[in-house]
Amino acid sequence: MALDRRSFIKSVAVGGVAAAGAALPAAASERPVAPEGALGMLYDATLCIGCKTCVVACKQANDRQPDPGPWGEEHLYDAPLDLNENTKNIIKLYREGDTYSYMKQQCMHCVDPACAAACMLHSLQKDPVTGIVGYDPQYCVGCRYCQMSCPYNVTKFEFSKALPLIVKCELCRHRVKDAAVKGPDGFTRYPGGQGQACCEVCPRGAVISGRRDELLAEAKRRIAAAPGKYFEDRVFGETDGGGTQVLYLSRVPFEDLGLPKLGPEGVPRTAYAVQEGIYYKIPFAAPIGLFAVLAGVIYRNKRAEQVAGAEGGAKR
Amino acid sequence: MSNHEAVHAPVGGRLMTRPFTILLAFAVVGAIAAAYRFANGIGSVSNLSNGYPWGVWIAIDVVVGTAIGCGGYAVGLLVYILNKGQYHPLVRPAVLTSLLGYGLAVLAVVIDLGRFWGLWKVPIFVWRWSHSPQLEVALCVAAYTMVLVIEMSPALFEKLRAGAASGTRRFAENALRVLEKNFFWILALGLLLPTMHQSSLGTMMLLPGPKVHPLWFTPWLPLLFVVNCIIIGFAVVTLEATFSAAAFGRPRETRMLASLLHVAAWVAIGWAAFRVVVVALSGKLGFLASGYGVAFLAEVGLLVVAGAILLSPERRSRPACQVRAAMIMLLGGILHRVNTYLIAFRPGAHFSYFPAVPELLITFGIIATEVAIYIAVVKTLPILQGPPAKHTA
Repeated sequence: MALDRRSFIKSVAVGGVAAAGAALPAAASERPVAPEGALGMLYDATLCIGCKTCVVACKQANDRQPDPGPWGEEHLYDAPLDLNENTKNIIKLYREGDTYSYMKQQCMHCVDPACAAACMLHSLQKDPVTGIVGYDPQYCVGCRYCQMSCPYNVTKFEFSKALPLIVKCELCRHRVKDAAVKGPDGFTRYPGGQGQACCEVCPRGAVISGRRDELLAEAKRRIAAAPGKYFEDRVFGETDGGGTQVLYLSRVPFEDLGLPKLGPEGVPRTAYAVQEGIYYKIPFAAPIGLFAVLAGVIYRNKRAEQVAGAEGGAKR
Repeated sequence: MSNHEAVHAPVGGRLMTRPFTILLAFAVVGAIAAAYRFANGIGSVSNLSNGYPWGVWIAIDVVVGTAIGCGGYAVGLLVYILNKGQYHPLVRPAVLTSLLGYGLAVLAVVIDLGRFWGLWKVPIFVWRWSHSPQLEVALCVAAYTMVLVIEMSPALFEKLRAGAASGTRRFAENALRVLEKNFFWILALGLLLPTMHQSSLGTMMLLPGPKVHPLWFTPWLPLLFVVNCIIIGFAVVTLEATFSAAAFGRPRETRMLASLLHVAAWVAIGWAAFRVVVVALSGKLGFLASGYGVAFLAEVGLLVVAGAILLSPERRSRPACQVRAAMIMLLGGILHRVNTYLIAFRPGAHFSYFPAVPELLITFGIIATEVAIYIAVVKTLPILQGPPAKHTA
């Protein structure tokens, strides 16, 4: 029946009109860059000895409870297996044959954070000066879309509490708050040296804190000084997933350390290109236009029906 | 809508039947599990974890639940946009199913939200709004639920108008007149909002992109989702009309459903073809040789099978075939959503998820509540098409 085929084509056209143009402007989306004063950390896995002092210091600095670990003996252990609601920072070990490497995991403070893109009321938000992805529970409804979206599985949630919070590394922003000095150039610095607790206590300088651009330069210096020592002679986080403010150097492949393989495009870009394309490029033009079309068609159909009824020709 | 009121009548009859009592029992058990969750946290009743923060509550109750609530949207598109007035008797029960699907999805969201008490801020704090696709879903679902209440209200006003007190009668008559005057833009909203949030439900899973299997990660996900909900809507309307006719002794709408399902068959086949073409064009066919490939072929294959059954005019005019095909179509449609939100979501090898018993009891409770309210409402309000002429004296 020709009628039905037409119905089908129309249904698809009407139903998908807002979404159809969405895939096209994907290339048009701009790429965010880290703020000039972006703070970060550089973790050199070749220097780490796995002492986990940073794990303990992080817990103290952030008021986290000990983790009973797999044995559940709360009074005896602090033995987290992974990042969790009590553990914002963890050291893991990759081992295969004779090759081994430690791995420090915490929030990467993405240049283009997916968690903040997921958050409805900017409860997770990237600081415009420091680039720290901070959490403000006041606007959090606990939907956990940030957890779904984080490509590094960093965002954690207090599943065992009736009044839960999201937990993630905030680069010790509460510690550096009082020590922060806003320089004449408009950027915040920390002359007192109270940086991230993990960096402060590291006995080997395996993890150091600073401005992202300086850390990136330092990482590249290390690569240049020892060509072939580091995996692919590159820094993880320079461009991965749109770039991160926590940078990694490693001898073993980054994937072996649990870092995902991400392109240079920011993780939220595909979703944003679609969402911006439909709703914000010409603000709300698509929904308003679609509404006008729908209302117009319904009105016209109804008028036609009334006219037909008035002529006494109701066919149904 | 009220110019069609003559065709609708309450079913009547005893409410507390045995199936109804069983449904209530499931609802009560679910409510107890939910109460325990509110007292002790989400982890106390569910297997949700930091790897799988979303489970059946979101994937089934919200993502599938709202799609099942798209019967009103799918039939509304046919009746009001494509001007197929012959499907009009299906609209009111479909809108009721939609209202229940969406209303209970909102309830499921409140159970799932860890910090639900802050939910009121989402529509109010306009200055905090982000461009998150989930915000679009939240606002649109809330707005659409209200639109569905308005679309459903003529049934209540017709009941009141038939009542004795002259004051309520006048009020009901006025309300119906106002609704009649404004129906075209309320209806337009009722078609716009699902288009928006059903597509956004697809956009939502683009954000976790790196964790979603490549077979499901495509920028076309919003379009796939919005057409998918129309397919599910057609299937649900068919099943609901058939089962209502059987359960409440109403006239069967076999011929109307046959032509409805003919449309649905082409939409389903078109969707499946588009799904395969998109995957092929992006060079992802190699991923089919895996467990994920089976899940992909299932969601595509079920729709093709349902469509193939319904393309034969002889088969689609038989009620038994209609029900069978609609069920296959519903299953295929649902599978695409569950696949996208749960199966294709891969947070890492050391995370696993299977729903816990109390978690499932909450989901069952929500479904039971939905069916129980449907039964109660069609028995008391004029929703379904009137009884066959021989019973009306």
